[in-house]
Amino acid sequence: MLTEHVNIMKLLDMAEEIVGRKKFQKVVYIGKQLGMPFQEKYGFHMYGPYSEELSVRLDELKQFGFVSEVKEEKAGYSQYRYKLAEPGTSFVRTSSSFQGEQEKSVIDEMNACSSKFLELTATILYLQPAERDSVIARVHKLKKTQKYSEEDMKEAFLCIERWRTLLKRA
Amino acid sequence: MTGNERLKEEKVFKDPVHRYIHVRDQLVWDLIGTKEFQRLRRIRQLGTTFLTFHGAEHTRFNHSLGVYEIMRRMIDVFHGRKHWDEENRLLCLSAALLHDIGHGPFSHSFEKVFKTDHEEWTRAIILGDTEVNRVLLRMGEDFPKEVADVIEKTHPNKLVVSMISSQIDADRMDYLQRDAFYTGVSYGHFDMERILRVMRPTEDQVVIKSTGMHAVEDYIMSRYQMYWQVYFHPVTRSAEVILNKILRRVKVLHDDGYDFKQQPNHFIPFFLNDVQIQDYLQLDESVIYYYFQMWENESDRILADLCGRFLHRRLFQYVEFDQSFILHDWPALQEKFRQIGIDPDYYLVIDFSSDLPYDFYRPGEEEERMPIHLLMGDKKLRELSRESDVVEAISGKKRTDHKLYYPADLLDQPEFEEEKREILTMLRV
Repeated sequence: MLTEHVNIMKLLDMAEEIVGRKKFQKVVYIGKQLGMPFQEKYGFHMYGPYSEELSVRLDELKQFGFVSEVKEEKAGYSQYRYKLAEPGTSFVRTSSSFQGEQEKSVIDEMNACSSKFLELTATILYLQPAERDSVIARVHKLKKTQKYSEEDMKEAFLCIERWRTLLKRA
Repeated sequence: MTGNERLKEEKVFKDPVHRYIHVRDQLVWDLIGTKEFQRLRRIRQLGTTFLTFHGAEHTRFNHSLGVYEIMRRMIDVFHGRKHWDEENRLLCLSAALLHDIGHGPFSHSFEKVFKTDHEEWTRAIILGDTEVNRVLLRMGEDFPKEVADVIEKTHPNKLVVSMISSQIDADRMDYLQRDAFYTGVSYGHFDMERILRVMRPTEDQVVIKSTGMHAVEDYIMSRYQMYWQVYFHPVTRSAEVILNKILRRVKVLHDDGYDFKQQPNHFIPFFLNDVQIQDYLQLDESVIYYYFQMWENESDRILADLCGRFLHRRLFQYVEFDQSFILHDWPALQEKFRQIGIDPDYYLVIDFSSDLPYDFYRPGEEEERMPIHLLMGDKKLRELSRESDVVEAISGKKRTDHKLYYPADLLDQPEFEEEKREILTMLRV
């Protein structure tokens, strides 16, 4: 019981802070695809894989006072910062969930990426297991406005492999 | 036969929501006749909701035909307009008809327990060795994949995707009206004819002429009310909680080598995580009910009791709870249940709104979903909530609810009276 909520809190505990709803969505999706125990259901939306379930779960955690969300006004849009609140920290540290150095490394690496890059990585994972060339062609078609370069694509595939290998060792 | 032919004579289905559903294409007629589509007659649209609203017996079959009909009417409105390519007509109609083809019985609980995904099954049925696939292949080798991509929202034509899946699409417009009709509630009604008349295609989405704003306000309000009054009704959720626990119990018993009087044959591929399309298609609600009736006589008391509760509507009661309960009372309450011989893993359940997430209308921000855009008199687009005070007032507001479910009848029995009093105090009832 509460396992799914605890997993999300554990992620925040390890990441310390996640800035941006889009980044939050993609970190959980990529983590899930690479074997972390997230259960949220995803579908394909404007910025790639997106989970309404995760969005509502975050609202629940906010409502219980376990997670803090700070809204910042940016030029033309709003940005949200997520951290564990104190009751959340004490609760998650007494609950069992996934943890480990490898998981933390992968989460830290993902958290250091831009949300645009994570959107690319998550989209690639969504379109797999098709052939690499076919995935790249579909990404270009679906994400025309993001104008991803060949270098971005190469980097995204490399990250997926590196993170997958790290998590296999966990 | 290859390609599509117009039917010599139009076929019509009488429908209580749209009055008539018109079929003029051989392709559509043949898709409806496939065994995979006919199976949808045996899967209720609203799962366990009929235990709360007894009229809610309508099926995925009715709904899928309804979505098709709305799509057909939408295409009629778009005909001849800029950005609309008539070449996509059959793609849209097929996607509308098949968008729920992968749903199984009681999808939400089933998917949670067995980690399946009806959207993946939709794709598998459209692309796999099925009657549906053979009918679609008549339109060309790539046609099934195009249909699957539209449903999956990965098709590059965003206008076509938005017609079946966006904040105001054929799917939602049908289910809101249909669910309202069959449940008998007075919410859920809006002027769809008006909305269809003011829909306009653009390069990457359907937009609404600003003169139709009030009809869209009604539609958004319907979504809001239907969610809280029907979809997330606590009694329906109670039935769903029990259903979920039955499926979990069967899996645990199977994994532990329990000797069933009635073997769970149809479930075994799911337990083994090795499900083929034909295994999946064999499951429908009549099959599930058969097992539940048989399992009511099993010697495992938990399974027998839960099946009896579901079949005879002896549901769990519920209470509200807060942060303090989770932090302090929850572990103690579980322990108390164990002390009086009731397994809390099956009889003490927290249900969250994230267990049945609802896509509230939310405008732009850093959101992932395209908001509804109004086409203003100056041809510019304006996001709906910037123009409508009504929509602004409910956008992204209350989104969460949570309840604790428990079997009140077991706490009424004359044993462990002191412990039960303590439990009732912890439950605050």
